[in-house]
Amino acid sequence: MATTVESPGIRREWQRFTPRQRLIRYAFYLVAVAALIQSINSVDIIPEFLEDAPAQIVDLFARMWPVDWAYYPKTVHAALIETLHIATLGTVLALIMAVPVALMVATNITRWPALRLLGKFILVSSRSVNSLVWALLFVAVFGPGGLAGTLAIAFRSVGFVGKLLAEALEEAHKGPVEALTATGAPWLSLMLKAYWPQVQPSFWSIALFRWDINIRESAVLGLVGAGGIGMALDDALNLLYWDQVALTLLTIFSVVIAAEIIVTYIRSKII
Amino acid sequence: MSTAASQPVAATRQNPFPVNWGARLGWVALVAYSFYAASLFELTWERFVVGLDNGAKFIGRMLPPLLGKWDLLSKGLLESLEISIIATVIGVAVAMPIGLLAARNLMPAWVTWPTRGLIAMCRSFHPVIVAILFVKAVGFGALAGIMALIVASIGFIAKLFAEAIEEISLKQVEAVRATGAGFGNVLIMAVQPQVLARFIGFSTYQLDSNLRNSTMVGIVGGGGIGSTLFTAFQRFDYDFVLTILICIISMIMIGEIVSGWVRKAFQ
Repeated sequence: MATTVESPGIRREWQRFTPRQRLIRYAFYLVAVAALIQSINSVDIIPEFLEDAPAQIVDLFARMWPVDWAYYPKTVHAALIETLHIATLGTVLALIMAVPVALMVATNITRWPALRLLGKFILVSSRSVNSLVWALLFVAVFGPGGLAGTLAIAFRSVGFVGKLLAEALEEAHKGPVEALTATGAPWLSLMLKAYWPQVQPSFWSIALFRWDINIRESAVLGLVGAGGIGMALDDALNLLYWDQVALTLLTIFSVVIAAEIIVTYIRSKII
Repeated sequence: MSTAASQPVAATRQNPFPVNWGARLGWVALVAYSFYAASLFELTWERFVVGLDNGAKFIGRMLPPLLGKWDLLSKGLLESLEISIIATVIGVAVAMPIGLLAARNLMPAWVTWPTRGLIAMCRSFHPVIVAILFVKAVGFGALAGIMALIVASIGFIAKLFAEAIEEISLKQVEAVRATGAGFGNVLIMAVQPQVLARFIGFSTYQLDSNLRNSTMVGIVGGGGIGSTLFTAFQRFDYDFVLTILICIISMIMIGEIVSGWVRKAFQ
C-alpha cells in the first residue's frame, strides 16, 4: 500500500474522511435508498395507464398538429400582453416592498434584533408559499383577473428579492458610509449616497433575474383564474382544443426564451 | 456664492454627486409605466378597500383551522413527498450524463450545443404546465406529477452540473490521463472527486424545489396534496385550506432543514 507509512510502533494509513464523516455519509446513502424504495412501493401508479402512454402521446401530438394559428390574434395576444404586465408590475411592486424589508434584515443597517427577526419572518413566509397558492388567495380576495396575479407575483417575489438585497447591503464597503457619517450626513443621505451606489448593480441584476422568473410563473397563474396567458391555456384545455393548446404553449415558450435573451443582454451591459 | 467669489478655485471644483438625468428619466418612465399598468388592472382605491373588506372576511372564515380529515391530509402530503423523492432521484440520475454532455471543457461543441438546447427546453416551462401534458399522456395521478418534476429537475440540475464540471481544475484530469486512464477512469478519478460535494448540494436544492412543486402539480391532476387544496378552495372550505397550507409550509420547512444538514455533512 502506497498510502501506508510504517514507523516504529505506529501504523498510519491516510484517509480522506474521519470515521465520523464516513458514518454520516453512509447513513445518508442508506436513508436515501430506503426513502426511494419506500416511495416506489407505496406510490399509486396505475400500470394500465403506463402501457397506454405511448399511444396517448402519439394521439396528443396528432391532435396538436396543425397548430391553430388563428387563435393567436383572437385571444392569445391580449392574454400574452396581460401576462407581461402581470410579471413586470408584480416585479416593480415586489421591489418596492422588498427594499424596506431588506433594510430591516441587513445586519449592518438594523441593529435591533426584534426588527431583524420580523423582517426575516416576512421573507421566509413570502418564499414558503407557492405563487399558485398566493394566486388562489388573492383570487378569493379580489376576484379573478390580472390584479390577483400581479399581487401573487409581488408577494411571492418579496422573499427572494429581499433576501438577495439584504445580502448585497451587507457586502457593501464601510468606507463611503464612514466618510458620510463623519460629515454628519442624515440617515437618508447615508442610504442614497453611501449604500445605493454600491448596491445598485446587484439591485438591477436581482430585479432582472426575478423578472425572468416571474415571466415563467405568471404564465401558469391563469390556471387558477389569476389572469394572463394561463387563462387562454385553461380555456383551450377545458374545451380539449389541443391545437389551441399547442399554440399557447408555443407562445409561452417563445416569450420565455425572448425574456432570457433580453435579460442576458442587459446584464452583460450593466454589470 | 460669496465664498465662490472670494475663492475662485472653489468654483472649478466638481460636484461630487452630479445629477444623472438619464437615470432620472428612467425612474420617471418606470413610475409612469407602473401607473399605466395598475390602471389596466383597475387597481383603484375603492377596489382596494373592498378587497381589504373581503380579505378580512376571508381570514375570518379561515380561522380556526379545521382539525379533522387527517386521512385525506396525510395521504396527500405523503403522496407529494413520494412524488418529490422519486422525481429527484430519477431526475438527478438522468441529469448527470446530460450535464456531462453539456460541459464544454470535456465535450466537443457539436455535442454541447444540442444538449444545451434540450436543457433550455426543459427549463422554459413551469412544472405545472409540463404536468398538464403528462396528465394527458399517462392519465391522472402521481405518475404524471413524477414525470413533470423529472423534466423540471433535468432542466435545473443538468445546467448546474455542466457549470460545476466546467469549473473543475484540469490539472487532475491531465494527471489521470497521463497514467493512460480511459475516459471512464478520468471521470471517476479526476472529475467526480472535484464535483461530488456540489452535486449533492444541487440535488438537495432540487429536492426542496420538487417538494414545493409536488404540492402544486395536483391542481392540474398530477397527484399529491395540490388536488385536495384546490378542491377545498373551490368548495370555499377556507378553514380546511388553512390547515392544508400550514401542513404544506411545515413540510417544506422541515425539508429545508434536513437538506441543510445533508449539505453540511458533505461539505
